[in-house]
Amino acid sequence: MAEFTLPANSKVKPGKTWKAEPGAKRVRSFSIYRWSPDDDANPRMDTYEVDLDACGPMVLDALIKIKNEIDPTLTFRRSCREGICGSCAMNIDGTNTLACLKPIEEVKATVKINPLPHMPVVKDLVPDLTQAYAQYRSVEPWMQAETAAPPDAERLQSKEERAQLDGLWECILCFCCTTSCPSYWWNGDKYLGPATLLQAYRWIADSRDEATGERLDALQDPFKLYRCHTIMNCTQTCPKGLNPAKAIASIKQKMVERQG
Amino acid sequence: MSEKTHTPHVAVLRSPLGRVRGLGSARSGVAHWWAERVTSAALVPLTLWFILALLGHLGAPHAAIVAWMQSPVTMVLMLALVLTTFHHMHLGLQVVIEDYIHAEPVRLASLLVMRAVTALLALASVVSILKLGLSGHV
Repeated sequence: MAEFTLPANSKVKPGKTWKAEPGAKRVRSFSIYRWSPDDDANPRMDTYEVDLDACGPMVLDALIKIKNEIDPTLTFRRSCREGICGSCAMNIDGTNTLACLKPIEEVKATVKINPLPHMPVVKDLVPDLTQAYAQYRSVEPWMQAETAAPPDAERLQSKEERAQLDGLWECILCFCCTTSCPSYWWNGDKYLGPATLLQAYRWIADSRDEATGERLDALQDPFKLYRCHTIMNCTQTCPKGLNPAKAIASIKQKMVERQG
Repeated sequence: MSEKTHTPHVAVLRSPLGRVRGLGSARSGVAHWWAERVTSAALVPLTLWFILALLGHLGAPHAAIVAWMQSPVTMVLMLALVLTTFHHMHLGLQVVIEDYIHAEPVRLASLLVMRAVTALLALASVVSILKLGLSGHV
C-alpha cells in the first residue's frame, strides 16, 4: 500500500537554534532540514537566525551565508546561482523551487527549507536523484534520425517547426515538478514523472527527429505515462514557468491521434 | 551518536537504468485512457436526462413510472446510462487500485474482485431495467 506516515527513524525532530549576532536589526529565521548518514540520529529541523541586512536577497544567499559564517556542516547543492543549472532545487516554504530564484522577501515568516520531497536523502538538502536521472536516460533524450545530416550544414528547421520546442527546451531538469507529483510519490519506480515526460515530448515535438513512433511506443504504458492524473502540481511548481502537464497532455493526444 | 557497526544488506544491485526500464512498455493504455474520457463525456447528457426525468415524475403514481420505463426510448437511455456508468466506474477504480496497491498478489486480487462486483452490479441493473421494461402492461 501507499505509505502515508514516515517510518520511525525518519520522523523529523526539533533541532538546535543558532541565535543571530547581538545588534542585528532585520533578523529572519531559517528552519532547515538536517540529516546525516554518519550517525543514527533522526532528521531534525535546525533554526538559523540570519541578519538580512548582511545577506543577499535570495534564499540561496542565506544558505551560503549560513554555511560560510554559522554552520559549515550544512550541506546543499548549488552551482550557477542564476536559475540555469537546477542544482539548488529544494522545498522552500512548502513549494519546490530553486533557492537561487526564490527571494527571501516572498516568504512571510520563518523560511522553512526541506529537501525535494519523497526522494532518498544523501545528506541535509541533497536528494538522491539517481532514479530520476535513469528515467531521463531511458527516454533516449538525443536526436534519432536515419536521414544523414547535410555534410556541410546543420539539420534545418522552419521557424514554425522550431517554435514547437518553445516551452520545452528551457527545462533545466531540476526535478522540482517530478518530486511535487503525488503520482510520482506513490509510483515513482514505474511512472516516469513530469520532468522526464516533458523531455520525452521535447524529442517527440522535434521536427528533425525521426523516431517519433518508437518514442510513443516506449511511452504507451499504464505506468510510464498514464499514471499522470492531471494533478497539475508540476506546472504549479516549475521555477522556470514551464508547463509539464501540457507536454504530457500533448503526448496523450498524439497517442489517441495515431489510433485512428 | 553511535558508530555504525554493520553495513545493511543490499538485495538489488541491478543498474538504475535496468530497474527503470523494468519489464518495458506494455504498449497499451491509450484505449483505457480514451474510454475514460469518452464515457465521462457521455455521462454528462445521460445523467442530466436521468435527473430531469426523475424530477418530472416526482409524485407520479406507480403505473405512470412503469409506463415511462416501458417506452423504448427510456429503456435504451436507461441501459446506456447504466452500462456507461459501470464501464466508467470500472476504468476509474482500476486506476485507483493500481495507484495505491503495490503488492502484486493483493493488486491482482483487488482488480479481479472489483471487476466481478462491477460486472454483477451492471448485470443486476440491466436485468432490473429489462424486467420492468418488458413485463406485461400494468
